[in-house]
Amino acid sequence: MPKVIVPLGPQHPALKEPGNFTLMLEGEEIVDAALRLGYNHRGIEKAAESRNFIQAMYLIERVCGICSHAHATCYVTNVENICGLELPRRAQAIRVITGELERIHSHLLWLGVAAHEIGFDTLFMYSWRDREYIMDALETLSGNRVHYSINTIGGVRRDIGKEQIEDILKKLDLVESRTNYYIKLATQEPTLHARTMGVGKLPKEEALKRDACGPLLRASGVARDVRKDDPYLLYGELDFKVITSDACDVFGRVYVRVFEILESVKILRQVLNNMPQGPVSVKMPPKVPAGESVTRYEAPRGEDIHYVKTDGGVNPSRVKLRAPTLANFESVAYMLKGDQLADAPLIIAAIDPCFSCTDRMAVVDKLSGQSQIETFKDLRLKSIEHYKRKGIDFSKL
Amino acid sequence: MKSIREQVAAWARTASPWIIHFNSGSCNGCDIETVAALTPRFDVERFGIVQHGTPRHADVLIVTGAISKQQKDRLVRIYNQMAAPKFVVALGACACGGGVLQGCYGVLGGADKIIPVDLYVPGCPPRPEALIDGIVKLLSGIKGVENA
Repeated sequence: MPKVIVPLGPQHPALKEPGNFTLMLEGEEIVDAALRLGYNHRGIEKAAESRNFIQAMYLIERVCGICSHAHATCYVTNVENICGLELPRRAQAIRVITGELERIHSHLLWLGVAAHEIGFDTLFMYSWRDREYIMDALETLSGNRVHYSINTIGGVRRDIGKEQIEDILKKLDLVESRTNYYIKLATQEPTLHARTMGVGKLPKEEALKRDACGPLLRASGVARDVRKDDPYLLYGELDFKVITSDACDVFGRVYVRVFEILESVKILRQVLNNMPQGPVSVKMPPKVPAGESVTRYEAPRGEDIHYVKTDGGVNPSRVKLRAPTLANFESVAYMLKGDQLADAPLIIAAIDPCFSCTDRMAVVDKLSGQSQIETFKDLRLKSIEHYKRKGIDFSKL
Repeated sequence: MKSIREQVAAWARTASPWIIHFNSGSCNGCDIETVAALTPRFDVERFGIVQHGTPRHADVLIVTGAISKQQKDRLVRIYNQMAAPKFVVALGACACGGGVLQGCYGVLGGADKIIPVDLYVPGCPPRPEALIDGIVKLLSGIKGVENA
């Protein structure tokens, strides 16, 4: 049978964002997949270097509209580390509340998108309706639905009042009961099983080899979560479980995300019922000293890593982001192989891709037969050559 | 006074506008709010608005995000594929004029630098209510109602 190449994207009804997947088909089966990114490349890292520390925070928040708090917190923590600021406990608690509310809204959003991809639009409408409760909670907390901008260097902008706490707790009860309904649905609904079980297989070894992160990795049976492994903010004192699943397929990813909503509700109840007292921010020093810092943060999609370098000036001299979706794309090509064309949108959606986060640089994968990929050995030789020209010899290393 | 033919055409155009959503380098915030506008809380379907995947069937193009260099040609292509009469809504501060991303090396600026824009909805991101208000204003404009 002749092989057929089907391009998917950058504008495609199944993709909410621009990305390009070149699928090589044999009949209905995908035999190879290549990925092209970069449609959303805007140059935020470079732009951050020409803005001051506060302005750069608002810019970096707009890297992504879904995990905006994750990026902003990650960046702000770096600047605070460089300044040597001690964050007040109440500010930490408010950051945890915003972060967990964001996780719930992101997972509900994903559930809806995944349900839409399998043609189950009722579930899409249900989960997006419930997501609005969380959006309301975020709005009462921060004043905005999407870009909360609750962070500031040295703490948070707004305090949380008693009425707000009661309001959020009431909304959490609602969301919890709805999530239990989704769990019932996910475990009993035959259509959901038929479309998700055994689709987009990613065994544990492959997931580890390909450096997957977040719910994708946890759905392949690896309990890895920055909140547990390297606790930041108040997470070290909170009681929650890392949800994993051994299913290694799209069903496992549904399972992990739905149960993570319940864990987030648990975290939020603990924090909201025991709010530490005190100020919500400390003063930022007038001058940020020279230094560098790396922070990890468990965003709803996985591990988010930021690096900030300062030289004592008014602007950061380098900002580098590694968004979780970039780590997960490596697995997509593997998962697509051997599956049906009709499942491709679902498999792509199952990693909860966020192209706006990811498009830091263009990554071009290979199609079989036209390999242009350089091996580690080639790259190493090239780098040795490069440094030799600069007068440093690394060839002994 | 409009002729009967014009009145019928305006009625046909405004009864059920189909929208196509194009992400031209957005942060996802506006896109998510567009989808939220379709879901039960806001429900734009009561105005007959349906989101559609193909530009050939759509009447209204919703552009979100500052135009990135990579997406520029694709945006023009999608605009050209749409059948007339077509309308363009620039959703969000970035699509209106570059917003916070103004001056980034990968960004050309607002949507009106590339294609003609009929309606601007500001906000970062605009609430779904703002989008609904914008589309209702656009429809009243097509109908020829003054002071919509």
